[in-house]
Amino acid sequence: MSDLLTLTGITKSFGGVRALKGVDFSLRAGEVHALLGENGAGKSTLMRVVGGELQPEAGSITFEGRSLTLADPKAAADLGIAVIHQELALAPDLSVAENIFMRELPAAISWGKLNRRARDVLARMGFELDVRRRVGDLAVAQQQVVEIAKALSRDVKVIVFDEPTAVLSSRDAQRLHDIIAVLRDSGVGIVYISHRLEEVFKIADRMTIMKDGALVGVTSPQVSTIDDVIRMMVGRSLAALFPKAAHRSIGEEVLKVENLRRGIKVRGVSLSVRAGEIVGLGGLVGSGRTETARLIFGADAKESGEIRVHGKVVKINSPLDAVLAGIGLVPEDRKHHGAILDMSIRINTTMARLKPVVNALGFIRRQRERDTVMKLGQQLRLKSAGPEAPVSSLSGGNQQKVVLAKWFHAGGDVIILDEPTRGVDVGAKTEIYGLIEELAAAGRAILVISSEHQELFGLCDRVLVMAEGELRGMLLPEDYSEEKLLALAMTNSVAADQAAPLDLPAHKHQPVN
Amino acid sequence: MTQSVTATPVPASRRSFDAGEFFRRYGTVCIFVVLVVGAAFESNAFLSDRNIMNVLRQISGTGIMAVGMLFVILTGGIDLSVGSILALGSVVSAIAIDAHGTGLGVGLSVAAGAGCGLVTGVLVAYAGLPPFVITLAAMTAVRGFALIVSDGQPIMMGDDASTVITNFGSGFFLGIPDPVWLMALVFVLAGVVLTFTKFGRLVKAIGSNREAVRLSGIAVPRYVMAVYVISGALAALAGVITTSRTGVGSGVVGVGSELNVIAAVVIGGASLMGGKGGVINTLLGALVMGVIANIMNLVGVPGYNQQVCMGAIIVIAMLLQHGSRWFKR
Ligand SMILES: Nc1ncnc2c1ncn2[C@@H]1O[C@H](COP(=O)(O)OP(=O)(O)OP(=O)(O)O)[C@@H](O)[C@H]1O
Ligand SMILES: [Mg+2]
Repeated sequence: MSDLLTLTGITKSFGGVRALKGVDFSLRAGEVHALLGENGAGKSTLMRVVGGELQPEAGSITFEGRSLTLADPKAAADLGIAVIHQELALAPDLSVAENIFMRELPAAISWGKLNRRARDVLARMGFELDVRRRVGDLAVAQQQVVEIAKALSRDVKVIVFDEPTAVLSSRDAQRLHDIIAVLRDSGVGIVYISHRLEEVFKIADRMTIMKDGALVGVTSPQVSTIDDVIRMMVGRSLAALFPKAAHRSIGEEVLKVENLRRGIKVRGVSLSVRAGEIVGLGGLVGSGRTETARLIFGADAKESGEIRVHGKVVKINSPLDAVLAGIGLVPEDRKHHGAILDMSIRINTTMARLKPVVNALGFIRRQRERDTVMKLGQQLRLKSAGPEAPVSSLSGGNQQKVVLAKWFHAGGDVIILDEPTRGVDVGAKTEIYGLIEELAAAGRAILVISSEHQELFGLCDRVLVMAEGELRGMLLPEDYSEEKLLALAMTNSVAADQAAPLDLPAHKHQPVN
Repeated sequence: MTQSVTATPVPASRRSFDAGEFFRRYGTVCIFVVLVVGAAFESNAFLSDRNIMNVLRQISGTGIMAVGMLFVILTGGIDLSVGSILALGSVVSAIAIDAHGTGLGVGLSVAAGAGCGLVTGVLVAYAGLPPFVITLAAMTAVRGFALIVSDGQPIMMGDDASTVITNFGSGFFLGIPDPVWLMALVFVLAGVVLTFTKFGRLVKAIGSNREAVRLSGIAVPRYVMAVYVISGALAALAGVITTSRTGVGSGVVGVGSELNVIAAVVIGGASLMGGKGGVINTLLGALVMGVIANIMNLVGVPGYNQQVCMGAIIVIAMLLQHGSRWFKR
């Protein structure tokens, strides 16, 4: 089969950073081609060249046998090349339908027609979503669906997915894979970037592996194993994905939340986390996990509920109250909530606890701050041009590390992590798991929200499962399985009431304490 | 469909001077230098010591207000009330100096300005009302208040009471007018605060991503409120300078000066979206405004034409700083 798209010797630098060093890449029609590599390997940059957003300094692009330059995103779009970015680019104040047809909105909008067409596109994808809703009000996963629908609203020959499943639950990810299979069978060339290697091995026909801006090799799931690919990506083999801290003892109850409520999203959630314990919060996207975390942290106002830290009732009406009570939150949406993209790594890292780097007069102790930030950066293996580099210049995974560094620096007794390894490569994931283990071993109470079930099972001492704003049960390590988790996550409230899972300790559902 | 697709080979690696980036950084400096050189050619009088001191003295009030405005704009806000607060500061200083002496008089005047800023600040920061509208309301109300307090009349001070303040207004220290020293002091302090303190960092951070700052456990409203207080206090201080130069307090001074102040900050490269801007460029922005007015006076451009030129210069400044993408097309 001949190639649909060929890139040869693509080179691109940003200031002093050589992001791409003469990379070759080829894509055939009707294949799913995975692009793999560590955070900062240059995957997104290469795809931004394909999307016409970046002009390479050297190298050539051939599309359907013709050599060409892609001067801007429109040139690429006109050829039928669609790139779905890692960082979503939607207009938050417009509706779902308007966003889907953004490029071809007529001067006078006929709402009935527009909404109908939008519903059609979504239905073809197998997703249901109110097309009139404001995109800014949607959860990240739903926004991802809109972004994909936007790409599929016109005819495409090449479609690039840059970490599409990082924010999707496994059920939504499965649906996306079904869509991809259909697209492939209709002859579309698909580039698929992901750090979730299991899914890559399930759907990819070929895999290109990059490291430090250069090509390492091209292989396929038939030829290589996951371990082979990790070795190509990282340059070494990984001992264990979930490193366990040498010694971790579970102590006193640190965080206790009782009957937390807000609207239909959080309906009477009670939970507790003890010192040295890592508790998981599982469930489908939209089950109220993020909202629960935000209520505990004071990011939203709760209607009712009591929060205790170390046995003492704390009044939490704002994130400031939470931080003072020793609670930290690594939010799900790093672009809007986690990091200040325009500002330096240094400033972002110390934002949640400025005290140690500020003197009595309010002056910043610059050298001390730099040292602190450099040390954390080394611990997390942050890849950057230095502490003064703006966070926006980092690759997605490294941006996430900066947000983690911020809360590691803040050092509260309770740390809530909402999708902590979203968009993080395997090597860095292991490091982050190790760091979470270390935090727990140091006596912190840790609550982890994740849509990656393996992550919850590998990391947590127990996993609470939410659905429709309520806790539906708890899994202990001996019960860990996808089926059991999904069974709890998908119970509807009537069935749950009848089964009364929370009162049956002998059953597989444990009481939530 | 293939219009924008050219079949030419990709040009080889080129590392050229990035004009867009250069002007984004140094646009204000360029404009300033070009203006000064141009002005020097146009008029022999321009570079005389007397004229330079004159320009500096004239911009001292605008410059001081521009510092307050810079803080507000850095948080993503705007303060339209500074012109009116300037008038209030002028009136209050004249009355209070007459009654209580220079020190307390100046103090009371600045406190009055800070008080105005506190009210707008609370409404903007805690009640979450839009700064444009709130400070617009304050602009009207404070102007009225200044006129009520002064009864619509210029306020004369007794000769004894006014000596110190008028000496300041017309005096020199080391050959430089006293108000210019005051402006310099304000700029230096602001520069130190913005660059080296927690407060300055948080002000910029709030303008860049307010929600991320809030979610870091920072009491955002406190800082937002503070910038309006600073802006109000500095506007009143500019009012004191006005009084010191004329010897009278007046409720009608500073009409429209908020626009000059905003223009100075924006010519200095600050973004009205917040997060971007610095004191040195703001000073240059104020100087640019002053030099333009001065050279047009020197060569005798009539008032209305001056306004048109002023508008044109602002547009040119914006194009230099932000239009690079447009030029590239
Ligand atoms: N606009 C930019 N300015 C400066 N450096 C940049 C810019 N964009 C990317 N880089 C640098 O280029 C390198 C490659 O980044 P890229 O985003 O392509 O990585 P990636 O492989 O997509 O990583 P991830 O898996 O974390 O998304 C990184 O070192 C990054 O810091
Ligand atoms: Mg990327």
